[in-house]
Parts: sequence; structure tokens; C-alpha cells
Amino acid sequence: MMRARGATFWFGLFALTWALSAFSFQLSKAWDARWLLKYPKAWELPLEGAIKDALNWLVEDAHFGLFTFRDLTRAISALVEVPYQILRDLLIEGFSTGIGDSAVQILPSLSWIAVIACAAAIGHYARDWKLAALVGGCFLYLAVFGQWESAMITLASVLVAVPIGAVGGLFLGIAAWRAPWFERLLRPFLDLMQTVPVFAYLVPILILFGFGPVAALVATVIYAMPPMVRITVVALKGVPEEVLEAGRMAGCTRRQLMWKVLVPSATPSLMVGVNQVIMLTLNMVIIASMIGAGGLGFDVLGALRRLDIGGGIEAGLAIVVMAIALDRASQAFAERSQRARLTGNVLQRHPWTTTVFVVIVATLFLGQVFPGVQTYPRDLTVTTGPFWGEAMKWINVNFFDTFEAIKVVILNWLLLPVKKFFGGIPWAWGIAAMALIAWKVGGWRLGLLAALLTAFIAATGLWPKAMVTVYLCGVSVLIATVVGIPLGIWAAERPGAGRVILGLMDTLQTLPSFVYLIPVVMLFRVGDFSAMVAVVLYALAPAVRYAAHGIRSVPEQLIEAGVMAGCTRAQLLWRIKLPMAAPQLLLGLNQTIMLALSMLVITALVGTRDLGQEVYIALAKAQPGPGIVAGLSVAFIAIIADRIFNALAEGQKRRLGL
Amino acid sequence: MDSPVILECRGVWKLYGAQADSYLSRNPAPQRGDLSRNGLIGAVRDASVQIHKGEIFVIMGLSGSGKSTLVRCLSRLIEPTAGEIFFEGKNLLSMPERDLIRIRRTKMGMVFQQFALLPHLTVLENAAFPLDVQGVPRAERLERARKVVELVGLKGREDYYPRELSGGQQQRVGIARSLAVEPDLWFLDEPFSALDPLIRREMQDEFMRLQNMLHKTIVFITHDFDEAIRLADRIAVMKDGAIEQIATPEELVLRPATDYVAEFTRHVSRSKVIRAASVMTPLGDDSFAGDVPHDARIEEIADRVEAAGLPHRVMRDGKPIGQIGRAAVIDVLVGRR
Ligand SMILES: Nc1ncnc2c1ncn2[C@@H]1O[C@H](COP(=O)(O)OP(=O)(O)OP(=O)(O)O)[C@@H](O)[C@H]1O
Ligand SMILES: [Mg+2]
Repeated sequence: MMRARGATFWFGLFALTWALSAFSFQLSKAWDARWLLKYPKAWELPLEGAIKDALNWLVEDAHFGLFTFRDLTRAISALVEVPYQILRDLLIEGFSTGIGDSAVQILPSLSWIAVIACAAAIGHYARDWKLAALVGGCFLYLAVFGQWESAMITLASVLVAVPIGAVGGLFLGIAAWRAPWFERLLRPFLDLMQTVPVFAYLVPILILFGFGPVAALVATVIYAMPPMVRITVVALKGVPEEVLEAGRMAGCTRRQLMWKVLVPSATPSLMVGVNQVIMLTLNMVIIASMIGAGGLGFDVLGALRRLDIGGGIEAGLAIVVMAIALDRASQAFAERSQRARLTGNVLQRHPWTTTVFVVIVATLFLGQVFPGVQTYPRDLTVTTGPFWGEAMKWINVNFFDTFEAIKVVILNWLLLPVKKFFGGIPWAWGIAAMALIAWKVGGWRLGLLAALLTAFIAATGLWPKAMVTVYLCGVSVLIATVVGIPLGIWAAERPGAGRVILGLMDTLQTLPSFVYLIPVVMLFRVGDFSAMVAVVLYALAPAVRYAAHGIRSVPEQLIEAGVMAGCTRAQLLWRIKLPMAAPQLLLGLNQTIMLALSMLVITALVGTRDLGQEVYIALAKAQPGPGIVAGLSVAFIAIIADRIFNALAEGQKRRLGL
Repeated sequence: MDSPVILECRGVWKLYGAQADSYLSRNPAPQRGDLSRNGLIGAVRDASVQIHKGEIFVIMGLSGSGKSTLVRCLSRLIEPTAGEIFFEGKNLLSMPERDLIRIRRTKMGMVFQQFALLPHLTVLENAAFPLDVQGVPRAERLERARKVVELVGLKGREDYYPRELSGGQQQRVGIARSLAVEPDLWFLDEPFSALDPLIRREMQDEFMRLQNMLHKTIVFITHDFDEAIRLADRIAVMKDGAIEQIATPEELVLRPATDYVAEFTRHVSRSKVIRAASVMTPLGDDSFAGDVPHDARIEEIADRVEAAGLPHRVMRDGKPIGQIGRAAVIDVLVGRR
């Protein structure tokens, strides 16, 4: 009964929306109401100007008693700049005194051999020889394939941003744990930070800090810190109450309780957070090459702009290699539990420190005599650029028609109809429909929230672009789900296949989003279709993972009950496992949408005409107003989707009594 | 009881729920029904306890009866909603944090149900942790920790991490840690209930062995009546947050204050609890088969008394105070009284 009424509601809503979408033009003609189609300009919120004024005020006049806002940004710049420059000196340029032509080098940078030795040592320290070989090998790859200098620039940024992000996140998390009001205050900011597309806050940061590595680092830290805050709060809350009490009974002061009991007990979870910070940092350092971070990201960006296929793939692969090295090493750190029991003298207890030290000193002196020890010899580098260029050419020559055919079919039969559907929805009905959906799923509060957020998007005058975003996101998520859920089921049912699939998904997820653009542009050139493919690839992982996890965590007894009732394998899957896994599937869908939205903005680089493009143009023109407004619109779409799917998953869980 | 009182609480309340404080100040003596009607949980209701130096005081009751909450109030791990607590005559609740920390560092120890060991420290470092917190130099604190670790029978495992130990061994570490500072007052919150029955028994024996060496004042929580009577000098029975009765095990069995206590103690094997003095009859003129101490449990003397044709004399301080015969022992054994 309830079900039937629910179905009527959804069907009715869809039919009405479809009708309005298809006939909106005729309708507006018949009623002579242009406002139906286009949100009236006079009603638009004057947000862009307000944001611009606010930023101007911040930069020009803002005053905190003792110092101005400008002083503050300068102080932050100095704080970030100093360690960054030291790392650059250490890794690339070498330390010198004096400026300009009179500069005298007093100490060369670390030789490539020394850096590789460090990397391997860290790998061994974190786990074992295999990891040492992997991490060392990754760095060797960077040297041999001629990506060393760019990679070191990227590495320097990562090495500066990660400690700031991790420690900052830790302290904010601790504060949030201590004071519930602070957590409540922080939560909306965290929500926003994780949903506002990164391009959107590049603009204000650009204005506040100027073009260059410092701005890039600030943006990176802002981007990478929120997950650390969340994980810290969860990790601290996860420390058993009794352990806390044990600390208090031992007579700990508050500070001792935090640093001797809570933080060490929560370390394994905290390390998961650090791993996330590292991967997000790398992702953002690559993106922030747009505002002057330099390094590998800059190479990719340049190659994309020049349509230099080989160079793009080379730099992209270097990013992949670096991502894998950083991810595996930091994950091993997170899992590292067994501390070696130390015995013997200093040399025996710290074999790696000693070895690395010896290598550094030895290469320092040898490097003076043999330049090849200091810098990897140029004539020994292998460049794969031309090879990739040829390969792409070959693919394009031989498969161009196939790719084109696939592209055309999907465009005509899926993308364009969906685009037309969403594009035609009159904004007023869009708000109403969103409110109705949210109300149906999560009650009137959610309905009100959805109505307000949707109305905001309309009121910014970005409705048509927002609908392009929704349509691209919708189609990509649909495809990612259709591909991802079966993959996840397969991975859950066959352990062998599962290892391969989930391993692949893990690797896909560690890749910075920029990397996905390269092959897509090479194969399909620019446009909605390319964007969709990149988004699907990027957003596939959570659909697969959550499906696998959901199926795997169906209670064994239920499956046994099914088997005893005589279910076939297919019946087991459809009647028992899938319904039980439904909440997980919904959560996976939610994650997929979040990732899709964040990637969608980046695909503006390959020429979509959605909100992402709006943000990107604002970035190119350095206009903070439009950038932030469009960015907020994307964030609001994300928040609406997030709340609705979470409510759905909750409802489903309740129904299953989980 | 003639030894001095070390810890005392009067009229302690702990309510959970919205505006618990203001509710209690408006209604000083609410009933259970009043509380639940206002959405409050009375975890501890009007508890008054005196704990004397050197005794083993057992708090028992079913799960959720408020045992842990009461003990956490007594150690001020949580703030009671109302009431007073005195430790060695000093008001624990009005005490500044600094003094409270000092008391915990030197005079109190606690053992936890789920062991609550620090996962990043070895057995030795865990045992040394309270000393570390006090700033005792490393060599000295490890030395002292080594002693307590040996005392609880974990010699040879000093460098293990908690996750490498069995449940029983982990709880030994918990005990070692709580003993490292040589506390005067020792709280144990269901220390053995996470363990298998066999290991539990072994740990109880171990605990008694330690207590015979150390003579601590102990507040021991359990929901297992057999455990309680094995260990206790006195027992407080709790129900729904209120203390039903405080008495020796024997008194609980012989003179239960409420139906609840009577029901609780019904299935106890009485011969383990009842002592000779409680079932003796006035001294007769006949001759006697032998002497038994007045505080001997019936279980211990049953064989002897039953086998003899004549009654035994019950002795206190070297003087006979009554006699006990076959019939009385059999009455106890079959549960007739
Ligand atoms: N932090 C809290 N918030 C709300 N209610 C609580 C809280 N802590 C305890 N309670 C409630 O107080 C009551 C007493 O709990 P307590 O933990 O003291 O019981 P217990 O006798 O120790 O039980 P167990 O044998 O299971 O450990 C229970 O009803 C419990 O639900
Ligand atoms: Mg308890």
C-alpha cells in the first residue's frame, strides 16, 4: 500500500517534470511569460559585487587592532615561503649566499642518488625490502625518464604542505574534540570545504597571496586539511572510555592525557588521516600549478594546452609513479605496528640513518668530481614522449572511426536527450521538484533546505549552467554505477578477482584527478563526452568498493538461511544479498556523486559548458565574485545530493533493522 | 568494623539526561517513576557507603544496576549530580584538580573490565605508566615496574605489546599498572568478567594471593555472587541505581533486607557463606567430639561434624561460646535454613 503510493508519487513527479521540460517553450509562449524560461535578471542576487567588495576591503582596509589583514597574509607567506625555499635548495637548487649574479653556491643540493637512498630507506623503515625497492624504484624512474626536476619541485611542495596540513588538522581536531561547540562551529565549514570545487577558492587566494608557489601551498593546505580534522575527531572519540579513565586514574594532567594517552592510542587511525592528507596534497599541488605551483602539474597543464601528447603522458606517468610511491609508503606507515626491539650500539640500532648519511656525504664529495653523481646525466635519460606520440597517432589512425562511432552513439542516445531533459526544466519547477523529492525522502526540514539551496542557484542566474552540471554528473554517475556495482559484486563473490579489481580501484583512487584528463583528451578530444569519460573513471572506485563491502558484510547466517531454503546463486544475490546491501550501495552512490562533482569542475579544462567552466573562466580572469558564486552553486548541488542519499540510506537501514 | 573509614559517600546521586542537575535541586528525593517520566536515568540513587581501611568491599548487582557509575563517582572519574564524598576525611568533590591528581597519583589505583591498556606501550611501559606521568626518572620507574610485573607473574614478557597477550595476561598487566604506585585504595571494576570461567577462577586465586601479601583497601565490583562471597568482607547489593543492602555475605543470606536480596541470594550454596557461630546452639553439658572456630564456614567443617557422633564446641578467643551438631550442619547443607 505504502509502496504503491510511493511509486505513484515518483512516477507522477517524473512525468510532470518531463512534460514541463518538453513543453516549457510552448508554455512560456502561450502565457507570454519569459520568466518561465529564464530567471529574470532583476531578481538576481548582487553577490558577485559583494564578494569583490569584501575581498577588496580585506586586502585594503581590514584591521585587527595591532595588525592589518595584509600583514597577516604576509606573515603566512613568510611562514610558508621559508621552509619551501629551504626544501627547494635542498632538493634542486643548492644552498647559496648572495643574490642574483653575485650568488655563490655554498652547498649543492642532495644528489639524485641520495634522494633515492632516502626514499628506499623510508620504505624499508615503514615495512620491508619490497616496499623499499618499490619506493626507490619509483624515484629511480623519475630520474631515468627525465622528470627529476619537476618531480622534486612537486615533492618540495608536498613536503611543506603535508606537515602543515596534518599538524594543523590534528590541532583543530583536538580542539573540536575538547569543545563540542567548536565542533559544531567547524562542521559546516568542513562540509563546505569538501564540496566547494578547488578552482573556486584558487581565485581569492590568488588575490590575497599573489601568483606563485605560496598561493599554491596555501590553497593546498586548505584543501588537504579538512579530512584530517574529521579523522582526528573520529579517532579521538574512538579511544575507549576506559583507556581515558585509566589515564585519569594514573593522575594525568589534561595535557598528559592528550599527548600520552589519547593521541598515541589513536595513532593508527590518525595515520590513515595523514595518508589522506598526503594524497590530497599531491592532487592539489598538481592542480595548483595553475596558480604557480610549478612542477609536474605545470608540465601536464602545458602539454594539454599545447596538445603535446607525448609530453603530457610522460608527465602524467611521472605523477602516477609519485602518487604510488607516496601512497604505499604512507599506508605502510599507518599499518606499521611492530616496532623493532632495539639492541646494540647506535650503528646497529639505526642502520638506515647511518647508511643514508654516508650516501649523502659520499655523493656530496663525489658529485664535485663526477657531475653525473650529483645530477642524473642528461644523455642517459630515456624520453618516452615520441613513443607515446607515435602510439597515440597509431591508435587514432586505426581506431579513430571506432572511437568516433562509440562517441556519437552515446552522445546521441544518452547525453543529448538527458541534456535536453534537464536543460528544459523551468527553474521554478526545478526548485519545487527538488523540495518535493527532499521532503519525501527526509522530511520537511530537508525539503526546506533543498528548496533554499536550489533557489540560491537560480538566484545567481546560473540555472542553465547548473543544469548542465547536473546532467553531466547524472549521466556519469549512472554509467559509473552501472559499471561499478557489477564489478563490486564480482569482486565480493570471487576473492581472486576481488583482489585484482579492488587493487586496481585503490590505485585509481590515488591518482590525482588531473591525470585522468590526459588519455581522455588524447582519445576523444574536448567536449562533453571526454568530460564524461574522465568523470566516470575518476568516480568509479567508490561504487565498486561500497558494493563489494556491502555484499561482503551480509551476515553469514542470512546466506545460510537462504541456502537452506533452496535459493539458487542468482536468487541468493537478488533476494538476499542485494537488498541487505542496499544501504551500502546508496552510500557508494553518494560518494560517487561527490567525486563526480569534484572531477566535473576540473573537466572544465577539456571544454564543458557547466558551472565548472564558469569557475575556470573566473580563475583565468582572476574574478573572485563569479568564481565563488559558481563554486558555491556546485557545493550546494553536492550538499543536496549528499543529504538526500544519506537520508535514503538511513531509511533503508531502518527498514532492514540494521 | 573498628578500623578507620578511608572512603565515605553520603547521599550520592548520578542522573543522566537533559537538565539532570536542576531537576535534582528542585526535587531532592525523586522516585524512579518520577525520573523516567522526566526522561532521566537514575544511574545511582541516594547511595551512602563507608569503606574501612583494609577491607574488601564488594559492590554487586545485575548489569545496568549502576555499579560502575557508583565507583566512578567514588573515584570522581565522573561528577555526581548530588551528594558528598570524603576520602581520608577530605571532601573529594570540592577538591581542586591539582589535589585530586595528587591523590590519584599516590593513593588510588584502578583495574578496568576491558583492561584499558595503552596499545603503543609494552607490558613494562604500561606498568610504568603511572610513574611516567609523575615524572619518575626512566631507569627508576622501569625498575619498579619490573617488580610489579614479576609480582603478577608476567616475568619474561616485559617487552610484549598488549595485543600479543591473552585476556588473562592483559588483565595481569592492568593489575600491575594499578599496583605500581602502591595505592592505599584499590578499585577493581569487574576485573575478571571478560575472562573465561577457568581463567577467572585462576585470577581470583591470584588476586587473593596478592591481597594476602599487600593488605590493600579494596572496592571490587562484580555481578557474580559466587565471586562476591569468595572475596568479600562486606557486600553492597545494588538494584536500579539504589543500594538495597550492605552487609557481610552471611548476613545477606540469613537476613536479607528486601525481597530482591532474598531472591538474589536464594541459589547461593549456603554452606559456603554461613559460619558456625550463626547456627550454633547454646552450650550443653555433654562431652564434645572436638572444637571448631566460630568463623569457620559450614562447608569447611561439615565433614568433621557429620562424621562425629557428638557435637563440636564453637570457640571464640579460646573460649567456648556454643555447640554445633550434625543436625544443624545438615540443615544448612540441604538449605532448610
Ligand atoms: N554516559 C551515560 N549516559 C546515559 N546513561 C548512562 C551513562 N552511563 C551509564 N548510564 C546508565 O546508567 C545505568 C548504570 O550503568 P552502569 O554502567 O553503572 O551499570 P553497571 O552496573 O556497571 O553494569 P555492567 O554490569 O553492565 O557494567 C545504566 O542504565 C546505563 O544505561
Ligand atoms: Mg560496569
